[in-house]
Amino acid sequence: MDTLLEPFRYEFFRNGIAVATLSGALCGLVGVYVVLRGMSYVGHGLSHAIFGGAVLSYALATNFYLGAGVTGLVAALLILLVARRRSIGADAAIGVITSSIFAIGVVIISVIGTFTRNFEAALFGNVLGVSPADVAAVALVTLATGLTVFLRYRQLLFTTFDPEVAEVSGVSTVANDVLLAIMLTALITVCMTVLGVTLIAAMLVIPPVIGRLLTDSFHKMLWISVVVGTVCGFVGVYLSYYLNWASGPAVVLTAALLFVIAYGVSSVKRRLLPEAALDTHVE
Amino acid sequence: MNELVAFDKVTCRYGKDPVLVNIDLTVSEGDFVGIVGPSGSGKTTLLRAIAGVVRPIAGRIRRDREATVGYVPQVETVNWYFPVTVREAVMMSRIDGRVVPWASERDTRDADEVLERLGIGDLGDRHIRELSGGQQQRVFVARAMLRRPRLLLMDEPTSGVDVRTRHDVMHLIHELHHDGLAIVLTTHDLNGIAAHLPRLVCLNREVIAVGRPQEVITPDVLERTYGAPLEVLSHGGMPVVVEHYPEVEEVDRTVVPLREGHHGHPA
Repeated sequence: MDTLLEPFRYEFFRNGIAVATLSGALCGLVGVYVVLRGMSYVGHGLSHAIFGGAVLSYALATNFYLGAGVTGLVAALLILLVARRRSIGADAAIGVITSSIFAIGVVIISVIGTFTRNFEAALFGNVLGVSPADVAAVALVTLATGLTVFLRYRQLLFTTFDPEVAEVSGVSTVANDVLLAIMLTALITVCMTVLGVTLIAAMLVIPPVIGRLLTDSFHKMLWISVVVGTVCGFVGVYLSYYLNWASGPAVVLTAALLFVIAYGVSSVKRRLLPEAALDTHVE
Repeated sequence: MNELVAFDKVTCRYGKDPVLVNIDLTVSEGDFVGIVGPSGSGKTTLLRAIAGVVRPIAGRIRRDREATVGYVPQVETVNWYFPVTVREAVMMSRIDGRVVPWASERDTRDADEVLERLGIGDLGDRHIRELSGGQQQRVFVARAMLRRPRLLLMDEPTSGVDVRTRHDVMHLIHELHHDGLAIVLTTHDLNGIAAHLPRLVCLNREVIAVGRPQEVITPDVLERTYGAPLEVLSHGGMPVVVEHYPEVEEVDRTVVPLREGHHGHPA
């Protein structure tokens, strides 16, 4: 037992596993809406935009979170605005908007000549180097996001499933889009220096996809995604201690392993179900 | 009859181009109206303007603020792979005054009642993809009905379905109208649907004609609506639109009826 609890004797590990577990839950929750809107690459994209914001805040000598947060929010709102008009898809909107803001960041670096933030940490994070303040920031965003989803559950679901009829039924789809943009930006801003861009992008997508493979019900998918994200964050960091692996990739690999299992389970389920129950609408 | 919605010289546009021009139209309680017209003629925009989500750039829309509107989208626009059960889909429209995600006892009772009434009471836990065409249409009617509307708007409720499902859906719509609901629907089906409705609006960005099918399904009105000549016959007092395809008829003339003993070759 003592061996199993050994890593928890270290503060850096306790902070790291707390932040990874909370981030896993947070990504699992927000990721459901992201995946169901066909915006799986928004995590990657917004991280690039937030990088642009980080450079801008460095050049203007302002607070990192302020610059990154404002730029991320502007990018998220622009993506949702362009995607709503349906002239181009959400994936193309993500590509155009976020890479443009990223390019602005690179141009600024080339002009000012220096940028001292740690790129490796931004890409892959540094789970075991987090401070109690980082844990508090992630906890706060997780709590606020959970509360928002709880209070606006049906509005968010209706907007995601059928925005046109939601609008006719009195749901403010614009307000819900803005809320989603705020949740996403807050998530990426507080998680980027801790988890890194690559890990956020993976954790926004893998848990919801596992949920989708295992159920046809929205509320069950939401629960499965949150639980899978939480478990992956915890188990990934815990295993990384014993396996001596980098923590971030260990979390992603745990999620990938669960995805393979879920894929197998859903394939077996589909084979066992009568074909008619799957595609009867195609008559 | 109380007016539910009244359009007074209404013009709407998306971007630069006007989609609806100078529309005068009234929908009253108990009305049953069909909107017909070619693709791109503004049928869906007119429905959305009636629902209040498309604002006019000119003219005025008066509406009875007390009258709730239910909207049934084209089933072809539905994402059938979205993870949502029948009950979840129906319950979406219960959004007023509820801050917790789970359904109240009243919500559940009302949803069960609507599902039972529409004949899909035992399908609540099924995924929406696992239903037949008629049942799928009923799910979205149930979602609209849970709002207890006085006006039901339906966007091409029978598009892409077979004859039996079309009959099933139209039977349901007539029942709802019989129960006192005002209904406005759009359709491309002149013979199967439009000819059987009490009132038709022929639309091509502007209202070409309004009246009973016998009054508006005429060669002149149809040519002005669709921009192509159409022949109209009368069958038991009902208008029947006949479409001609000159290229097909050209081919047909080369085919001579088969004689006994011949299989597949013109005599």
